Amino acid sequence: MSSGARTLYDKLWEAHLVETRPDGTSLLYIDRHLVHEVTSPQAFEGLRLAERPLRRPEAILAVIDHNISTQNRTDGSFEETSRLQVEALVENVQAFQVPYIPLLDDRQGIVHVIGPEQGFTLPGSTVVCGDSHTSTHGAFGALAFGIGTSEVEHVFATQTLPQRHSKNMRVRFEGTLPEGLGAKDLALFLIGQIGTAGGTGHVIEFAGSAVRALSMEGRMTLCNMSIEAGARAGLVAPDETTFAYVAGRPMAPAGPLWEQALANWRGLPTDEGARFDQDYTFDVSGLAPQVTWGTNPEAVVDITGRVPDPRAATDPAKQEAMRLALDYMGLQPGTPMEEVPVQVVFIGSCTNGRIEDLRAAARVAKGRKVAPGVRALVVPGSGLVKRQAEAEGLDRVFLDAGFEWRLPGCSMCLGMNDDRVGPGERSASTSNRNFEGRQGRGARTHLVSPEMAAAAAVTGHFTDVRRLLEVR
Amino acid sequence: MKPFTTLTGTAAPLLRANIDTDLLIPKQFLKTIVRTGLGRHLFFELRYDDQGREKPDFILNRPDYRETVILLGGPNFGCGSSREHAPWALLDFGIRCVIAPSFADIFYNNCFSNGILPITLPMAAVEDLATEGPLTVDLPAQTVSGGGRSYRFELEPARKTTLVEGLDAIGVSLTSLPAIEAYEARRAKATPWL
Repeated sequence: MSSGARTLYDKLWEAHLVETRPDGTSLLYIDRHLVHEVTSPQAFEGLRLAERPLRRPEAILAVIDHNISTQNRTDGSFEETSRLQVEALVENVQAFQVPYIPLLDDRQGIVHVIGPEQGFTLPGSTVVCGDSHTSTHGAFGALAFGIGTSEVEHVFATQTLPQRHSKNMRVRFEGTLPEGLGAKDLALFLIGQIGTAGGTGHVIEFAGSAVRALSMEGRMTLCNMSIEAGARAGLVAPDETTFAYVAGRPMAPAGPLWEQALANWRGLPTDEGARFDQDYTFDVSGLAPQVTWGTNPEAVVDITGRVPDPRAATDPAKQEAMRLALDYMGLQPGTPMEEVPVQVVFIGSCTNGRIEDLRAAARVAKGRKVAPGVRALVVPGSGLVKRQAEAEGLDRVFLDAGFEWRLPGCSMCLGMNDDRVGPGERSASTSNRNFEGRQGRGARTHLVSPEMAAAAAVTGHFTDVRRLLEVR
Repeated sequence: MKPFTTLTGTAAPLLRANIDTDLLIPKQFLKTIVRTGLGRHLFFELRYDDQGREKPDFILNRPDYRETVILLGGPNFGCGSSREHAPWALLDFGIRCVIAPSFADIFYNNCFSNGILPITLPMAAVEDLATEGPLTVDLPAQTVSGGGRSYRFELEPARKTTLVEGLDAIGVSLTSLPAIEAYEARRAKATPWL
């Protein structure tokens, strides 16, 4: 092992270190700051109260995504209670001269979809946002993490954050993912293995042949979910797939700057012999589609499996937690997952609202019909994703099958708008959290891939999508 | 920020694992543009029924726990969303200290931004402290005690200073302005595309 070998995370850290203070904390420079309406108003207000200027408005990209209707974009397109935040953001971006994508602009969408789309997210950069799923941007080899509103204000005022160096974890997915499986299955499988706190205190670098084979969309899904494993951030080393995605994006470097950036980015991957505090390797060639059964993302089983029995757990606290979860979810131990019916299907979110996700879902939906009694929504992650999908005819595939085709936004992932799952209703959701009440009071959320969500929509219950694909 | 030195008062046990930020305060209360007034929405789903009436069995609704200042929780406390509304709601309710075996990263940071002390102790210690009677937290001495029991907890010195002195973190970082400017000058040469 060479002593100077560094991980990708170590390199990103060192390149952004402003100073290390006597008390051991480090001040880290922040290159990119995404801002949305829910977690920013108090931060702008804080600046005003302290009479502090915003240090680098050009480092920011603001957009409205959480609160808006996905059915109507004309005036009054949000619930009355959301109006205040929407108006506050519009006022704040004007007052502080912050770059902003307006609501009616085609580029509007979920922060974690539009950042990469615009070339705002770049390899080798630090990216923050007042949103835990900022980990998404790690797919580019950027150090990206969610922050609280006080920290949003901190970045506004100083362009830095006091940070502690995390530990290095590597997760290698080796082999070839079977047909019908994708990055979401990898993410859920991993969280099932290491738990929702398995990554706490660590930055996870995803590596291995199955990760290298993923598109940027897939890598974003994987890194997006790293927060659900408790990690500070997720990372994938940039490679030709990354560069091909970034090249030509509106905010990406061009010309000689592109060449210079590329040379820099090629030096980012983890050095041979670098040490990881934790190192996992999984062969995923035989992986089955994953589906959650409980109220956090580690409560996951193969679609071929059954609802687990709390009595099988050895720890009494764990047994009790499982009983609580099963009670909330309205599930009986031993029930085959494929026999669990759904009433709502949600395809979208910062986890699975990108073009490749919609293609994967459309492939399953094509020529089939949404089962009676199922309400199925497809919500593109951005206006550009929507436009691309429509150019490919995916909207027709979904509409013909009986899905609703919506306008971009966070939508039913957290139901801050009017897209919610009703009390006691069960959803197959491509989002990231199955917490109690997340999609609506009493809502029962099962996390799945876009393929699996589409399969549930057309059959009315959870279904092994591999079987539907074989029929073709 | 209000300095934190010692705190004595009611400690409420809510020992389930993975108390997430959606549970601490659900989405419908994130639409505010101020930091205050969220205490009545804390643990909304657990605390109120469908008609908005208090559930009498929920710990914070019980007469002895209405003045709770310390919360005892299970592992991975505060997992999920980055919403600072979670610590704002705790603070507004009157809770200035959470004791749990482990915390989610972003929530942990958010606590320090708001003068809340998150204390990490093994589950057995948390359970031991979760009996009736008030607890006293002494931050300078790094101890939690009550009912004849006492536990020492570990805390990073910089975090401790932030709370004990009630520091304005932004103000502290701005004292490093020369270093920030020097970094920006280096950065403009090394990575001009950023």
